[in-house]
Amino acid sequence: MSTDDNIGKKARTPVRREQNRREFLRTAAFAGGTLVLALAGYAPLTHGGTQRLRPPGALKDGALDERQFLSACIKCGQCVQVCPVEAIKLADLADGYGIGVPYIEARAQPCDFSCDGLQCVLACPTGALTHSINYPAQARMGLARLARPDACLAMQGKGFQGQARGAGFPGKLRFEEIDRWNPIPLADHPFDVELCDLCVRRCPIEIRIAQCEAGTPPSGDPNQCPPRHAIALQPVDGGTTGAMRPTVMDGCVGCGVCEMICPVESTAIVVDIDKTADAVGG
Amino acid sequence: MPKHCLLESLSQLVGRTPHKPAPGDVPEALRDAYQAKKGTFTKAYHQQVDEERAQRSDRHKWRNRRWATLIAVNLLFVLSYYFDVQLVEGALTASRVIGFHFADVNSALQVMLAYKHVVLNLVIGTVTVALLWWLLGGRTFCSWVCPYHLLAEFGEKLHDRLAAKKWIRPVTFHRGVRTVFYVIFALLALATGYTVFEFISPTGILSRALIYGPGLALLWVAALLAFEVLVSKRAWCRYVCPIGLTYGLLGSTSPVRLKYNMVNCHHEGDCRKVCEVPHVLNVTIRGKACDIDTPIGADCTRCGACVDICPTDSLNYQFGWAKKTN
Repeated sequence: MSTDDNIGKKARTPVRREQNRREFLRTAAFAGGTLVLALAGYAPLTHGGTQRLRPPGALKDGALDERQFLSACIKCGQCVQVCPVEAIKLADLADGYGIGVPYIEARAQPCDFSCDGLQCVLACPTGALTHSINYPAQARMGLARLARPDACLAMQGKGFQGQARGAGFPGKLRFEEIDRWNPIPLADHPFDVELCDLCVRRCPIEIRIAQCEAGTPPSGDPNQCPPRHAIALQPVDGGTTGAMRPTVMDGCVGCGVCEMICPVESTAIVVDIDKTADAVGG
Repeated sequence: MPKHCLLESLSQLVGRTPHKPAPGDVPEALRDAYQAKKGTFTKAYHQQVDEERAQRSDRHKWRNRRWATLIAVNLLFVLSYYFDVQLVEGALTASRVIGFHFADVNSALQVMLAYKHVVLNLVIGTVTVALLWWLLGGRTFCSWVCPYHLLAEFGEKLHDRLAAKKWIRPVTFHRGVRTVFYVIFALLALATGYTVFEFISPTGILSRALIYGPGLALLWVAALLAFEVLVSKRAWCRYVCPIGLTYGLLGSTSPVRLKYNMVNCHHEGDCRKVCEVPHVLNVTIRGKACDIDTPIGADCTRCGACVDICPTDSLNYQFGWAKKTN
């Protein structure tokens, strides 16, 4: 009981000096312990354990390092609140200094750009989601890859009928032809296709390209038109078997819709976060 | 406020032990007022005052107002998101209030030091909040808004009860360590490029848990609370949290503060017993006031516990700056 009881007294006596010494040691131990805990947040970062799919515009350097993103983020979750499909989650304690930082789990709920205007980017108060991008096609979140070609239905020449991810799947997508403003559960929109092309059909970039070609760009804004294709089915075996390969192209933004919609368990197509259409991580 | 009082207030804020005003700084009127009180407080008088206080209906007036405010503010964040009314978006670290950017001054500072770039929106949000808390009294944020403060209050009560039963042995540290932490967290952000403090900040963790749902990080908050209950009372707020120091500095010249009038004070120290930062009430000890009216120092969280408990109405909120009396 140091500060309050001994107000204004100087350390004149040996007893008081001893008390001061003990208080100093105690305080140093307390400070040391607290600092060790504070520095423990560094551990998850050292082996890339916190690398995740991030919302559009998340700061990355040339080697796709996220340090700037983690430091610029003020951990407020405004991006979470504006997302119409609730794709954005905030990381927990296990992410160390990435605590409270937004991420996306593509298989469960990807960004489908149904806000058109990159609401999360506009909401970000610190520029951690950089305001230098304005349109979905400018995002570079990751890059899709056909990870399990043998499992892909199109690669086997198979079609698909039914709910892409089953009846109980809660994930949402916007189907513009059904409701421009409100995304609906994927389960409410069953498919019936002769050859499975769900990843191409629902790709937000491909949808926009189709709209632009039809003369109706999103929000009537020609700037919304993606300059390059993101994914297309290409024939394999010289087209003799009817099998097609979903081929990722340099317009892919890595939003993760293909990973979510792939009806195969586990998904045949995934989004890699260590590369983008423009860069490969170091 | 006399200059030596402001200096004393700031030196207490950074952790120095309170000091009595130098004899040359004590106004004549104050000396006379202390002199006039000698021998006036009899035992019977004290008893009577205590009985009167026990019957007062406003014994928890400020505490109730404060708890209501704290809960309302945090609930506003939660409900605004839940019902998607966009009144208050974000969390306590940064938000938009009816569209206007708000940023917690300390959180913004950590981001600026770590990221080393500042966007205009963050400047606007930070300046807005800095002005707000300067107007409202600086550390008012701590006791009227911070969700961890409320938890820590219950922890503090439990701690006191355990200590009274001698089940635990309370431990204190040197208050100066908070200033050391302040510098360390700033340097760590600058050097590592990460907002190190946010990793362990119970304010941010609790605010996000309330709004976005609970997570593992709550275990850390629980451990911290357990430490405060079993070992050291209010350890986080007193010895670590840079948010308190940031807002304390902001509030050092704020127009909202507690004011101590020494004329009727019995110098019994009930106020110091209920105060989370009792060093700021050092002035209520006989002979230690700045003047007849003494503004309470910058480390005060304006919680009003002393106002509620004071039997002689010697402690009160003051809005606006006091006129110079000497």
